[in-house]
Formats: sequence, C-alpha cells, structure tokens
Amino acid sequence: MSLLSTYSGLFLSAFATTLKLFALSAVGSLLLGTFLAMLRVSPVPVFRAAGATYVTLVRNTPLTLVFFFFTFAYPLLQIVKIDYETGAVVALTMYTSAFICEVVRSGINTVPVGQAEASRALGLTFTQMLGSVVLPQAMRSVVPPLVSTLIALLKNTTVSAGFSVGDAGAIQASLSEDGANMLVGLSWVAFFFILLVMPLTFLQRSLEKRWSVAR
Amino acid sequence: MRARTLAAVLLAGGLALTACGKEGTPGDTGGTAPSQAAATDVKIDGSPTFDKIKARGRVVIGVKEDQPGLGFKDPTTNKYSGFDIEIAKLMAAKIGYGEDKIDYKAIASAGREQALINGDVDYYVGTYTINAGRKEKISFAGPYYTAGQDLLVRADETAITGKDTLKGKKVCSVTGSTPIKKIREEGLTEPENITELQTYSQCVAKLADKSVDAVTTDDAILKGFAAQEQGKFKVIGKPFSLEPYGIGLAKDDTVLRGKFFDILEAALKDGTWQTIYDNTLGKSGSAATKPIIERY
Amino acid sequence: MSNVLFDVPGPKARFRHQVLAVVGVLGVAGIIGFIGFRFYDSGQFEPKMWEWLQYTTIQEQLLKSVGATLKAFAVGAVCAMVFGAVLAAGKLSEHAFLRGPATFVVEIFRAVPLLIMIFFFYFGLPAIDIKMSQFTAVVLGLTLYNGSVLAEVFRAGVMSLPRGQAEAAYALGMRKTQVMTLVLLPQALRVMLPTIISQLVVLLKDTALGFIINYEELLYYAKFLGGQGQFGRPLVPVTIVVGIIYVIMCLLLTWLAVTLEKRNRRNKKIKTNGTKKLDDVAIPAAAQSL
Repeated sequence: MSLLSTYSGLFLSAFATTLKLFALSAVGSLLLGTFLAMLRVSPVPVFRAAGATYVTLVRNTPLTLVFFFFTFAYPLLQIVKIDYETGAVVALTMYTSAFICEVVRSGINTVPVGQAEASRALGLTFTQMLGSVVLPQAMRSVVPPLVSTLIALLKNTTVSAGFSVGDAGAIQASLSEDGANMLVGLSWVAFFFILLVMPLTFLQRSLEKRWSVAR
Repeated sequence: MRARTLAAVLLAGGLALTACGKEGTPGDTGGTAPSQAAATDVKIDGSPTFDKIKARGRVVIGVKEDQPGLGFKDPTTNKYSGFDIEIAKLMAAKIGYGEDKIDYKAIASAGREQALINGDVDYYVGTYTINAGRKEKISFAGPYYTAGQDLLVRADETAITGKDTLKGKKVCSVTGSTPIKKIREEGLTEPENITELQTYSQCVAKLADKSVDAVTTDDAILKGFAAQEQGKFKVIGKPFSLEPYGIGLAKDDTVLRGKFFDILEAALKDGTWQTIYDNTLGKSGSAATKPIIERY
Repeated sequence: MSNVLFDVPGPKARFRHQVLAVVGVLGVAGIIGFIGFRFYDSGQFEPKMWEWLQYTTIQEQLLKSVGATLKAFAVGAVCAMVFGAVLAAGKLSEHAFLRGPATFVVEIFRAVPLLIMIFFFYFGLPAIDIKMSQFTAVVLGLTLYNGSVLAEVFRAGVMSLPRGQAEAAYALGMRKTQVMTLVLLPQALRVMLPTIISQLVVLLKDTALGFIINYEELLYYAKFLGGQGQFGRPLVPVTIVVGIIYVIMCLLLTWLAVTLEKRNRRNKKIKTNGTKKLDDVAIPAAAQSL
C-alpha cells in the first residue's frame, strides 16, 4: 500500500494516459478497420488487393516495429509534425485496424449469400440491404471478437512506453530508477490492468452468450 | 517437418547472404590506445579473484558493448574499444595479463552487481557510478573518471550553452533515467519538450534529424558519441551533477582493490591515463579533468 | 469471389469499376511513391545507409538473432500448447475444484499485458531472490499468456462440436479420457486450426518484446544496428529489412500450417478452397493480438 501512496501521482497519470491512448485508438481503429473491410469486400479488384496487402503486412509485423516506424521513420516524411502521444495513437490505430478489418470482414462473410440475394430480389437498395439485413446479422459474429481485439489494444498500449509516452508501461522504468520494490510495483500495475480488462471480458461473455442462443 | 523446412530456408538464406561478405570495419569506431605490455611475475597474495584468474589463465572483464568511445563492440569485427575498455586492459596488463588473455563479457546496467556477486566476471568497467548503496554489495576502485550530467548538441548549435538555456528546447534521454528526471524536476525545460527513448543512440539519431535539440546524460557517454562522429556533435562541457566512475570488484577482495588503486594512481601520474583519454573520449574535442582517487 | 454485398456487375458498373481501379492504382502508387521519395530525399537510400548489409559479421549476427527469435518462439509455442491444453482440460472438467482455479488462471493471464508480465518476471521477482535469464523470462511470459489464450481456443473448439459426438462416444462405452483424446480433441483441433495458427503468429511476433529486457533477438539487434554512427544510424533501412524478415517468418509459419492442414484434409472427402482458407486464417482470434 505504501508504494501505491508514494507513487499515486505516477500511477494516476500513467493510467490516465493509457486510457486516453486506448479510447482514441479504439475509435480510430474501428473507423479505419471498417474502411479496410469495405476495401476488402469491394467489387474492385485493386481495392481488394490494396486492403489485403495492408492487412497481411501489418498483421505479420510486430507492433514494436510499427512504433519504430512512427518514431524514427515518419518524421522523415515531413508531412505533419506529431508529438509522441499522437504517434502512439496512430501506430496503435494502424496496427489494430488490420485485426478489426479481419473481424468485420469475416463477420460479413458469415451472412449467407441468400440473405443479400433475397433482399435484392425484394428491391432493397444497397444501403437498405447493408443497413437492415446484412450488417445486423454480421454484428452477431463481429462484436464478441471485436471486444477481444479491443482488450488486446488496451494491453498493447503498454508498448508505447518505449517510445516517449508516459503510460502504464513506463511505470517500471521510473520505479527502477528510484530503486523501489519492483515486485510490489509491477503487481499493482498488473492488478489495475486486470481491473480494466474485467468489465470488457464480462461484456464480451454476455454478448456471446445472448447471441449464441439466438443463432 | 516445420523445423526442418525452416532450418533449410534459413540455411539457404544464410548462404545467399554470406556469399557477398565484407570484412573489416568502415571506420574509426571508438579508438584504442597504445597497448600496455603485460607485467611479469605479478604476485598478489590473499586475493580470491586473482587466484581464480591465475587458475583460469585468463581474465574475465564485465563491460558495456553499446557505448561508443567508452565500451563498444564493433558490429563488423566484434572487437571491443573505448575508454572503459582501455582502463580494463590497463588493469589486466598490470596484473600480468595481456590483451590476448582477456575475455570480455557484455553486461547491461541492471545486471552488474549480480554478475560481480556471482563471480561471473573478475571485475567490471562500464560507466559504473560509485555510490553508497552499491558499496554495500560490491566494492569499487576509483574513481577512474569523474563524469557529470551534461548536454550533447549539434555542432552548429549556439543557443544552448548550459543547463539554464534549455527552456523551450527539446531534450532527450533514456526512459525514466536519473538525468531526465533531473531535467523534469528542476523544470529546466517544459514537460512537453521532453523525449524519453530506450537508448542513447536513439536520442542521438533524433538529435541528428533535428527532432530534438539536446541529449542529456553523463558527459562521458555524450563524449563517446561526439567522438564517434567527429564534427557532428559537441558536448557543452558544463556538468551539473557528479558521477564518479569506479571499477567494480567483489566486496571481499580488498587486496585486488588495493592493487587497482595503486595502478590507477600510477597511471594518473605517469601520463598513461591522459594517453588513454586522448585516444578515446578526447577525440570528441572536450578536455578531461583528472579524477581524484578516493582510497578506502 | 462469392460476395454477399454486390450483384453481378452490368456493363455500366463494370465501367465504373474500371475507373475506380485506375483511381485506386494511382492512389496507392502515389502514396508509395511519396514515401519512397521522402526517404530518398532524406538520404535513406544512400549507399552508406545500406553498407552494413555487406559485412560478414553483421550477417552472421543477424542470422544468430533470427535464431534467437525462433528459439524463443519454438520453446514458447510448445510450452504454450501444453499449458493451454492443461488449462483447457481444467476448464472443461466436471469438478469445480479444477474448473475454478483453471478459469482464474486463464482470466488473470489474459488480462495482464505481456510486457508487464515479462517485466514482472525479470525485474520484479529478483526482489524475492528468484532470478532468471532473459530467455526464461520471455519464454515464461509467452507461455503463460498464449497458453491462457489457447486454453480458451481449445475449449471453444470442443464446445463447438455437436453434442452427438460425445454422446455417441459415451454410448460406445468410452471413458472420459478416451472421449476427449480420441473423439473430441482431434476434431476440435481441426476446427480451431486457423485460430491456433494465428495465435502462433502472435506468439512469434511477441518474441520481439524480448528486446525490452535485452534478450538478444532480432529486434534487439535491429535497434543496436540502427544506432550505429559509423553507418549513419541506418534506423529506417534496418527497420525495413527487419520488417521484411518478420513478415516472411510469419507468412512461412502460416503457410506451413495451412499446407499441413490441407494435406490432412486430402484424406477426408471434404473439399475446401485452398486459397480462400489461407485468406481466412486467423479470424476470430486475430482478436488476441499483441
């Protein structure tokens, strides 16, 4: 307990940063991921190829390497100068969106072809078909894995500690320099992560349960 | 099956790669001083470490491998060089072991005490700051160099002249390290201008591409970087902390420690120390202050 | 490409698609060209930045570090599979005193970031005099984390099988262990193979976290090389080369697993579309990524 009270400021600001990184990159990667999924199911072969290449490349690259790129290579592109936190959000977004893309795409693929055909036969427009027939059904198989992707994202934010972002992963470095008891310190970090992840896991479980019955 | 195919692929890749090999080194990497002749008939009685060295016939020295100019392993030749290495070599020579009888062992900061306690290395030379906490576990001979927190800037920098001119400038150091904490706690620059990366060489890369304006840590480390790429960077030379570097030894070995103190004192007097400095860190263009030995 | 969303295009749509295709090609080429140009412009493609590739010692070290990565992967993968199987067995057990602890362990290790776990083993445990090498810390972290994820995967695989499978086996007079090892597990493994592969790819990538505690694997060496002043600190070239190595390793792993699976399936009379399979690998548990 004493360690926690001594370092309460450090823990608070670190976990606040973690949550901020998580929230921003979650929104970002949901958007980018859905966009990529649209590319991957699009009727234009070039779009499909571009989406597939992106997903294959990013999914097979360690996240740390993506961070490396954003910290050291991106500034050379001289587009917009971004600070480290933004860089971390972008790196996390680009990485996670590849996984989200796959989740969404496979979700869409689980909807039987007949559903779309039937809705076209009924004269629904593309948007109507997508909005009221395909996506609601796809959602069922998308949301549970989506939640676990988000859990992974939450944990992945720790990697940014190595790239000048003071998130929960960086607590270790500060404690180590002070010679504090790392066993206690790191146990607390682990404990807080468990606290953060638990609600997400419960959400996932309950959704999975409810929808698996409906199937 | 998987393992075999992977092995085959790796082997093929390896062969393809090595087909166009190049030996040697592209340039000066850290500097070496004229080598010391190994002393003969050295007698040190009552030193367990020395007995071990004698039985083995070789000296095992713990060093750093990633600090140019100090303790650095050249990736193209796998040879060690730098100021710390030269000091380590000097000690070995004076107790009767030439360069061909030295085995270096790269040990990162976090594992130093343990390596000495376990006896994995006979002694350790590598930016090892002498302090009371460490003296409880091991012992030190030194200081053989008095370092202090300083700033590394680009050679053409004029605005930064010392720690009080950092306001509004971007400063980089290693995540959670003491130097960067000092910058933050003393408010030497604004929090948003602080960059924390994993290694000093990453900070130097950022300094080179102008993403940061200064790198801060012990001047010895900074001088090493300045010496490695002469003319690109300079060290400000106004240290604002005190980091006496010592040679780490097993705690109980007072005899060998005494011997090392003798060697260091002699080297400071007869100019050997200066030669070593000039050939390594001195290439950065910064002058050295000789350390004052503190026997205990 | 069977597509749910679109009708077979008519002449107008085909024309539109062609226009879009051209736009797409131009856009992608533009982005790649821009990145390439900027790198060129900032001197990343200068010979000096790539010179390091030519040195024998560096090539050997690079291979050695790939070896270190693969070693951590191999040991971690085997241990994680075993650990995962044990945990899955525990979670599927009828006894609450086995189910409870197994569930608890799985939840804990799935919730804590791998990085924090590795820190805990390497920096935390020495406080109570448990010391381990970097390699052990990395492998232990990989085993516990991926084992817990795989436990869930195995369990889900067994649960997804039709009830009749187990019932029929019991009706034949098999015991619990027999039902599990002879009937349920082999089928579950096949069902979950894509997920297992993708988890193994994750494990392979996660070995890269070892560099944070100085386990000398590929990324560690990349960081070291990228900081070499004598080559002009070739961070970008090194990142590109190492990125390619990682992608190749992961794709090889995926490909090998898929090939094995296909060979397996050939005996059965199930026709699957091979290429589509490869494409679909790693869907649900893309989830558990790090």
